[in-house]
Amino acid sequence: MSTFRIPGKGRVDPSKPVQFTFNDKTYDGFEGDTVASALLASGQHLVGRSFKYHRPRGFLSAGSEEPNALLGIDHGPGRVEPNSRATVVEISQGLKTISQNHWPSLERDVGAINDVLYMLFSAGFYYKTFMWPKSFWNKVYEPIIRGTAGLGKSPTLPDPDIYSSRFAHCDVLVVGAGPAGLAAALEAGRSGAKVLLVDEQAELGGSLLSETDGGIDGLTGWAWLKASVDELAGMANVTLLPRTTAIGYYHQNFVGLCQRITDHLASAPEGTPRERMWKVRAKQVVLAQGAIEKPLVFDGNDRPGVMLASAARTYLNRYGVKVGASPVVVTTHDSAWLAAFDLARAGVKVVAIIDIRPIVPAHLTASASALGIEVLTSWTVTGTKGRLRISSLRAKPIHGSAAQAREFACDTLLMSGGWNPTLHLFSHSQGKLEWREDAQVFLPSKHVEQSRCAGAGNGDFGLARVLAEGAEAGVDAAMDAGFTAKASIYAVNDELDMTGISSRELPTDRNADTAKAFIDFQNDVTAKDIRLAVREGFKSIEHIKRYTTTGMATDQGKTSNINGLAIAADAVQRPVPSVGLTTFRPPYTPTTFGAFAGYNRGRLFDVTRKTSIDAWAEEHGAVFEPVALWRRAWYFPKPGEDMHAAVARECKATRDSLGIFDASTLGKIEIVGPDAAEFLNRMYTNPWSKLQPGRCRYGVLLGEDGFIRDDGVIGRLTHDRFHVTTTTGGAARVLNMMEDYLQTEFPDLKVWLTSTTEQWSVIAINGPNARNLLAPLVEGIDLSEEAFPHMSVGVGRICGVPTRLFRMSFSGERGYEVNVPARYGRAVWEKLIAEGQAYGVTPYGTETMHVLRAEKGYIIVGQDTDGTLTPDDAGLGWAIGKAKPDFVGKRSLARPDMLKTDRKHLVGLLTADPKVVLEEGAQIVLDPNQSVPMTMVGHVTSSYWSVALGRSIALAVIEGGNGRMGETVHIPMPDGTLQAEVTGTVFLDPENTRLSA
Amino acid sequence: MLLIRCPYCAAERPELEFTYGGEAHIVRPQNPSSTTDDEWRDFLYIRSNARGIHYERWRHMHGCGRFFNAVRDTVTDKFVMTYKAGLPRPDQAELEAARS
Repeated sequence: MSTFRIPGKGRVDPSKPVQFTFNDKTYDGFEGDTVASALLASGQHLVGRSFKYHRPRGFLSAGSEEPNALLGIDHGPGRVEPNSRATVVEISQGLKTISQNHWPSLERDVGAINDVLYMLFSAGFYYKTFMWPKSFWNKVYEPIIRGTAGLGKSPTLPDPDIYSSRFAHCDVLVVGAGPAGLAAALEAGRSGAKVLLVDEQAELGGSLLSETDGGIDGLTGWAWLKASVDELAGMANVTLLPRTTAIGYYHQNFVGLCQRITDHLASAPEGTPRERMWKVRAKQVVLAQGAIEKPLVFDGNDRPGVMLASAARTYLNRYGVKVGASPVVVTTHDSAWLAAFDLARAGVKVVAIIDIRPIVPAHLTASASALGIEVLTSWTVTGTKGRLRISSLRAKPIHGSAAQAREFACDTLLMSGGWNPTLHLFSHSQGKLEWREDAQVFLPSKHVEQSRCAGAGNGDFGLARVLAEGAEAGVDAAMDAGFTAKASIYAVNDELDMTGISSRELPTDRNADTAKAFIDFQNDVTAKDIRLAVREGFKSIEHIKRYTTTGMATDQGKTSNINGLAIAADAVQRPVPSVGLTTFRPPYTPTTFGAFAGYNRGRLFDVTRKTSIDAWAEEHGAVFEPVALWRRAWYFPKPGEDMHAAVARECKATRDSLGIFDASTLGKIEIVGPDAAEFLNRMYTNPWSKLQPGRCRYGVLLGEDGFIRDDGVIGRLTHDRFHVTTTTGGAARVLNMMEDYLQTEFPDLKVWLTSTTEQWSVIAINGPNARNLLAPLVEGIDLSEEAFPHMSVGVGRICGVPTRLFRMSFSGERGYEVNVPARYGRAVWEKLIAEGQAYGVTPYGTETMHVLRAEKGYIIVGQDTDGTLTPDDAGLGWAIGKAKPDFVGKRSLARPDMLKTDRKHLVGLLTADPKVVLEEGAQIVLDPNQSVPMTMVGHVTSSYWSVALGRSIALAVIEGGNGRMGETVHIPMPDGTLQAEVTGTVFLDPENTRLSA
Repeated sequence: MLLIRCPYCAAERPELEFTYGGEAHIVRPQNPSSTTDDEWRDFLYIRSNARGIHYERWRHMHGCGRFFNAVRDTVTDKFVMTYKAGLPRPDQAELEAARS
């Protein structure tokens, strides 16, 4: 099958054959092959259909810049990845690959009709084509567009692989292991610096693997490479990371590396991560990323078989594969000639070399002549033919007539538009670029990080210069990291000096505005699209890019940006740098979500905080809900109960006799010190100085803007010690706010703040039998009504363990909150459950807690308030210490807008139909007959079925609500408008008789 | 990810250990009740939104817990220097010294 493999050539291992499939057909390759090289060895160029026009496409490149050859890769169930570049995927035994974006088959694709209708799909066609009729958008256009949009198929199963991540520190990070990177790493390594050398390819070496003409220090390139890699591998201070892509360069030499560990293996040991994300902090960075060859822009430059000359050279020298039997070369640069020579020497009949330049170096023409290759200088290519693969091209003298044009039969066309330095990481680091008009390239200019560029990525080509520059960069980096080094001098022989020019579109005698001369292969953007965008008024490259989508595909325009920019600059008639280069953004190449997520998936995705009583709730069938980071018992259904039935039962039991609730998630802050009361005076709205030890009070915390931030009951244990509670979700925020004021505004106060949320388990006991349950179990606290009235706190023992016992209520019933050290939480809970059987004790969850408090109009900060409610708005004006000169937020309460009467107020709502429970979040209007969009005056904040009242209840915020008592408001819903009466917020026991019942 | 020097710990630590705390040197009036509505509005809401040098507060949340001040360049994101809470704004000479 391998008719295009040249035995004895390349670095693949013929003793290790590997079989894989492409579109269910089995192909043979060798260990060391990529999918691309193995398919090309079998003569398979056609591997996909383009994004927009469904044009047949083959391999453009041999590297990570590949825009065309995107395949679905199947490593087994769950291990399916679309849009993988065949040029970088290594083959392994049994690997399955499939082509994309066609129906019914790669060879016959109905979507190719788009290619005929290309005039419809010009730049910005989305904005122009689907404008009318309006009604077609939802039902016709959008479903069709969505059905055909996108490339490849997403995996449907969960990813079974594991991904790891690690931090690393080094003295010198070298990105790219071509000649420059190797030279840099050698110098830095020899100096003793801790070095990381990374390269995205499976094998270190970069261009040395493909370009085999230069010798170094009397060795062949490959021999020098082996000696260098051996030396580096032998250094304990050097880490070599092949198959590792430096994906992003961030502040202060923080570089992200994605290492691929198992994808190239047919099977990996159990537990091996598929990929590892390295987060590296380097003292010094050397960027030796090399350069990418530019395609030429001419009609039909995208046919399978048309590829970069450097790619053909790589396939030949590195993989031992000739890409065709009758190639033609078209170029503006010397390097493509070398590809032609290598092919000719390997026995391939090179049909012709067409060079746009009028004059080329004499040594090239001499070599071509010696190898029997026809040379046409000052000629151009004006078009190609061939349905699924190039079969011929038309060339003509640039300044000649159409009659002089010639048709060349060929099966491959190798092109080179010169080389473009890879600047992505340098740009990530905010480094400044400089346009070199003579070479038509951007080059690194000012570095803002501790970094340096070397080699082709610096715009310097030629092995001798690249090695010298790499060695110098390695020495400088090592010295700047505090080591001593001296650059080696390399002797390079047989090297040719490379020259070339840069071309826009190739000259043509045909109509350039009907030519399919592609710039961005992956997004199907042509030169005429760019010119059209400019004609339609887009002048900035950032706008042109978005309008045409050039450079916006998964390859981020690695092969297209400079061509697109140059053509845009010509069209707007401005110099290239003033049109501007679009921004490079990480990651350098597409990176898996798994690598970014690392260990943070499944149970490790986020923290789940659990109370010490959580396990009891789980054992007793609780249904849980997340509250902030906590998992809380939501309700405790008995067999056959739904949520509604369970909550109704829990509510009734609590109001009739006794309910028990795990309130451990409440935020708790211990405030201690001689100025503790004064600190609370300044933080909370309420006055605290006169609160006696042994008593507690409901406190409201505002922001400096006067809006409610948090609330909770605060107990005074001794003169200088307070036990503060906060909302479950607000604990960390409140502590941070308190620390902020204490450290920066009130540093004069002697106060210490300690988070005690997790130190205490809190068991809320509510109901008429609450005291009856507790009294026999409590020591050291007199629970009589006189000694321990509502809003008391005492320190004693319960069930033999220490407790801080609060008498308070969030249900409207007689209530106690039993605080015990967390390690006793479950034991005390179980004891209370056991002893409570006499009173039919009923555990309840957060839903019942919500209903009970809503029946009493107790608010939940963050549900009934939303950061725009003042204490007055929420009916908490009574909690403001009016005599206090200052507290956080006090001044804001006197701002003019805070005094308006039409502010939104918290009110109660009773629906006209008592069986209807309103939707929380539903909008409220005053006039249901007004035209849409209606004026909304508020919304429902809390809404429940109240079993105690036998009807629904709700809380809402409504503009001027306090002045609307008794009025009817309207709640428009999808299936009709509901009516409700505005009421006070307390629905049950407004006299609070039950608190002491 | 930035490295931030905590002036209390006298150590450079990754950004992950810190939380941002808004603009620095906005002093809460000694007696808020005596401020005019406009003065109070300015204290609450008006911020410099600087392009370039910006004075701001950070907290070494997952370290010593202290609030401190920093000078940062909002164009490059980079920290010029950090200093303890309560100290005055660094003057031009101190900024130049920190930058060199």
